[in-house]
Amino acid sequence: MKSLEDLKKIREAAAQKMSMREQKDGYRVVVGMATCGITAGARPVLNALVEEVSKRNLLNVTVTQVGCMGQCALEPIVEVYDKAGERTTYCRVKEKDAQRIITEHVIGGKVVDDLLITKFLK
Amino acid sequence: MNELSLYLLDIVQNSIKADSKNIIINITEDTKEDLLSIEVIDDGKGMSEETLKKVTDPFFTSRSTRRVGLGIPIFKELCETCLGSFQIKSQEKKGTRLIGTLKHSNIDRPPMGNIVDTIYTLIINDEEVEILYNHSFNDKKFTLNTKELKQILDGISFKQMDVMIWIKDYIKEGLRFIKEEEL
Repeated sequence: MKSLEDLKKIREAAAQKMSMREQKDGYRVVVGMATCGITAGARPVLNALVEEVSKRNLLNVTVTQVGCMGQCALEPIVEVYDKAGERTTYCRVKEKDAQRIITEHVIGGKVVDDLLITKFLK
Repeated sequence: MNELSLYLLDIVQNSIKADSKNIIINITEDTKEDLLSIEVIDDGKGMSEETLKKVTDPFFTSRSTRRVGLGIPIFKELCETCLGSFQIKSQEKKGTRLIGTLKHSNIDRPPMGNIVDTIYTLIINDEEVEILYNHSFNDKKFTLNTKELKQILDGISFKQMDVMIWIKDYIKEGLRFIKEEEL
């Protein structure tokens, strides 16, 4: 059984590893978490993005949740804002796509073409 | 939506958007009384009497991106379909209290679903909001309080991989313990 004692130990280990403070000058990833997003499957997508960022120790990347973006039929929607504030919108994102968005776009700087919303909007 | 845990996630998003600082989530499962209730209490900005009258109307929403608001209406509808009831009370600048009760054994009652992920999602993604989660199953109860976790973590973020894994496992094991007799 996991206990609060275990959490104390994790805390000690994490405090030793922490050398840098979280920076806020990098990529910002937002996930639509209104009724439409949740129904379409945004919960695992959001969690997968957060976990991917943490696993890779990307200190300058923030993942946040927002409300409805007005394209309910295309949820789950994920938007990536780069350092310059340029926005890229991905839609119908699945849990397995989260990893690609982080590795290809956020780390590699290359837009994931096949998930772009422009492909779905005629 | 096919999981109660998704309805809950959706409802709590309303509390977060209402700038709540403290959110209490009470889930009570009582198989002897054949009841399942989901209660959310927040200290957000609340609603005026006029707004409160309209929240169960699907054609009312406070947002501007679309003209329908389905979160509360579909939850109310679900509770009533499952021979239960729905109540919402609110006071401006004080907060909102919502409770939905369903008949536990009703054939139309969706399963609880992945409640672990709902609570986990709420905790790790909104570190400014304090969440008190109480889940009881007959005589057993599991409680998780983010204030207590933050005290232990003392400045370390929830978004550390080890911490996230601990939170998820802690909820998973806690719920497994209270539901032992059902399994």
